[in-house]
Amino acid sequence: MMEPATILLALIAVLLVTAVAAVAIARLPAATAIVYGACAAVSAVLLAVAVAALIGGRTGQLVLPLGLPWLGAHFRLDSLSAFFLTVVNLGGAAASLYGLGYGRHESAPHRVLPFFAAFLAGMNLVVVAADAFSFLLSWEFMSLASWAMVLTHHRDPDNARAALVYLVMAGFGTMALLLAFGLMAGPGGGYAFEAMRSAAHAPSTTVLVFALMLLGAGSKAGLVPLHVWLPLAHPAAPSHVSALMSGVMTKVAVYGFLRVVFDLMGDPAWWAGIVLLALGGATAVLGILHALMERDLKRLLAYSTIENIGVIFVSLGLALAFSANAMAWAAALALTAALFHVLNHALFKSLLFFGAGAVLTATATRDMERLGGLIHRMPVTSLAFLGGSAAISALPPFNGFVSEWLAFQAILQSPQLPQWGLKILVPAVGGLLALAAALAAAAFVRAFGVTFLGRPRSPASGDAREVDRFSLAAMLALAVLCLLVGILPGFVIDALAPVTRALVGGAMPAQAHVPWLSVVPVAESRSSYNGLLVFLFIAASAWLAAILVHRFASHELRRGPAWDCGFPDPSPATQYTAGSFAQPIRRVFGSVVFQARETVAMPPPGDTAPARLVVEMHDPIWERLYAPIAAAVDFAALRLNRLQFLTIRRYLVLVFLSLVFLLAVLALWS
Amino acid sequence: MNGSLTFDIAHMLAGGLVLVSFMLLYQDRLYALLNVYALHALVLSLSVAWQAHIQGAPHLYVTAAIALVFKAIVIPMALHRIVRRLGIHRDIEAVVGVGRTMLAGMGLVALSMVVMLRATPEADPLARADLAFALSVVLLGLLVMVTRRNAVSQVVGFMALENGLVLAATGARGMPLVVEISVAFSILIAFIVIGIFLFRIRERFDTVDIGALDQFRGERR
Repeated sequence: MMEPATILLALIAVLLVTAVAAVAIARLPAATAIVYGACAAVSAVLLAVAVAALIGGRTGQLVLPLGLPWLGAHFRLDSLSAFFLTVVNLGGAAASLYGLGYGRHESAPHRVLPFFAAFLAGMNLVVVAADAFSFLLSWEFMSLASWAMVLTHHRDPDNARAALVYLVMAGFGTMALLLAFGLMAGPGGGYAFEAMRSAAHAPSTTVLVFALMLLGAGSKAGLVPLHVWLPLAHPAAPSHVSALMSGVMTKVAVYGFLRVVFDLMGDPAWWAGIVLLALGGATAVLGILHALMERDLKRLLAYSTIENIGVIFVSLGLALAFSANAMAWAAALALTAALFHVLNHALFKSLLFFGAGAVLTATATRDMERLGGLIHRMPVTSLAFLGGSAAISALPPFNGFVSEWLAFQAILQSPQLPQWGLKILVPAVGGLLALAAALAAAAFVRAFGVTFLGRPRSPASGDAREVDRFSLAAMLALAVLCLLVGILPGFVIDALAPVTRALVGGAMPAQAHVPWLSVVPVAESRSSYNGLLVFLFIAASAWLAAILVHRFASHELRRGPAWDCGFPDPSPATQYTAGSFAQPIRRVFGSVVFQARETVAMPPPGDTAPARLVVEMHDPIWERLYAPIAAAVDFAALRLNRLQFLTIRRYLVLVFLSLVFLLAVLALWS
Repeated sequence: MNGSLTFDIAHMLAGGLVLVSFMLLYQDRLYALLNVYALHALVLSLSVAWQAHIQGAPHLYVTAAIALVFKAIVIPMALHRIVRRLGIHRDIEAVVGVGRTMLAGMGLVALSMVVMLRATPEADPLARADLAFALSVVLLGLLVMVTRRNAVSQVVGFMALENGLVLAATGARGMPLVVEISVAFSILIAFIVIGIFLFRIRERFDTVDIGALDQFRGERR
């Protein structure tokens, strides 16, 4: 039996070879099928290896003579990387399957195919890398491959702007990671993770590394206020790539954060948990509020990704706080909730982006105000999207409910924490989380209702056609997985036990022997959840209700004017729109958060122009944080521009003076 | 041989290089500048040869020979020819006054002393002093480049700077020959490139005063 690490690296190498081959064959008509087929097959095998390694508890490591000559390239497979490999390749296999159908409509496949395979390889490599050099190299590889796909349709100025913002933020994040790893390696240059783990880090180093990881991994994951690139870049890519970026790449960022903060950095102080809790709560609420205001379907999904990252980081903050107080069982509960949500979000966010891609293929628009009535034209897509919406809204019996319920179970353990700051803050963050969950449900009622229900709001929407079999298969498979994971959460929790044991030194009680497939996070007397029971109850009661309605309602045929009470006007423009659905929430929250203002522009008397309702909204983070930074950079660039036009002697003098200045600093300082 | 005498001779040669660097600063005729540069290279080759002797490193003799043949003889002669062919041997140039230049040079020597003596408290005293002198020579070479406007004298300043680098490299024990040879060759190539550029500049602008280049850029701005 070969080492699992060897198999993994060989498979990743196959992905890289696929990427190179894709450059050569990209313009052939069969290229789409070949590349996505290969990616799907390799991802499926990788998924199998990862699941086997996670359940079988197999670990392994490998040092290749690549990279820095005195370091080599270290790769390691442990329970944490096995879990994230599972997530990455689950998303990768689904996206490749979806791409088999969706990729046929791509106008420029040669701009997607090579980078798609490279992107998959990069994400896999990040997760198995075990030294700072390989990690950062794979991380940048992943970022640049996805950046190239954001630029697929580069003539669109919006995409170009998205790619620019993404590139700047990715560069900034990697710089933070570089500094963090440099700090942990110390002056001795112990860049292997093994050396970092065993080194004793000074408390000041730990604080700095924690802050830098928040910047580096947080910017990639989309933590507020570093999220600005995400709703621009994720929707700009082709939909299956959006699914990968939103569903999987943000999880790789969570992996980086977990690996450093929980594994390599040493024990952080308890207040690190407060930082994560506060940032996570703010991220969740702000992300979902943005999503509610959005009328572009894919941007709505991207904003909802930010909300889910917030949920994950709240759970991580709880895990840090519990683990700093030596409450391993509670830390394990919170960490399980976070990891479970990582898996869930990868499932349902990929599914929803696939659905949005199907809608985009069928109608050529992402604007919800131009959609509607698609449930009649695209029944299977609608069903899958409905499943994903229910899952992301945390409705039982789907998977989203389980992880959010576990997160709330962890929050309920907070009164046992000794620090008063945490005792007070954690329930408040719990409130924010509850608010975010409720708003998420509203956001997805709006997304599903406006897109798929009602009557078509544009001819394109009315003439939509159901998409191809591959896309439908990918969506249905993910929808079924969402339901299965929701009904059988105990198996996932048990599979996560080695991960939590490695990171926080504890695990949730084993769920496999709990009768009737229930889930018991702490003790039976406190709380338990049985997804199967809820599912059976919902199915039985819905079935019973349907029978009752059909049996006892009148069978008599009645005729009347269609929609007479609801729609006296036959125009579809009179329907409830995405904007009108969001209006109450905009009034309640938006006036504070986004400074939303509504003004009615009335034409002067006698003018026949229609009155207009103008809504004005501001993005507070962009305007308060990023716009001043951009203005400062512009200002400095304008000033430094004069340096372009100096004489040769002045340049020499400049070099000379700066050298003398640095020497003088050295002389005075040392 | 007596240890302190060894040290004194090395010190004297390195200090002599600094002194010749000062002489470079106030030459306002090109021929005189080139002659002083040849002297500069000669002192360098002596210093390197002495280092080769006291360190017992025969490969340093090769470095000394390279310095003697190329820097003290070939390059100054080539520059002489260039100056003659360009017909600029009567040019006088002084951007900054001699007094102020000398004062700045003294300040630079003081600065490099302070930096080196502070930065290397544990090092071998011979190497320390050598490094301090070498840094002074580098800085003085830069000062020559900064205070001149004729391209030929900037080339001379650049090569004086490079001599300082060689002095630093030979003062430290165990510097492999490859490094020195590569430095020597890079300077040769730089010399060739700069020589070609001098003629190109001359062809185009009828002068090697780099002020003309600035004017040209100014017109295009």
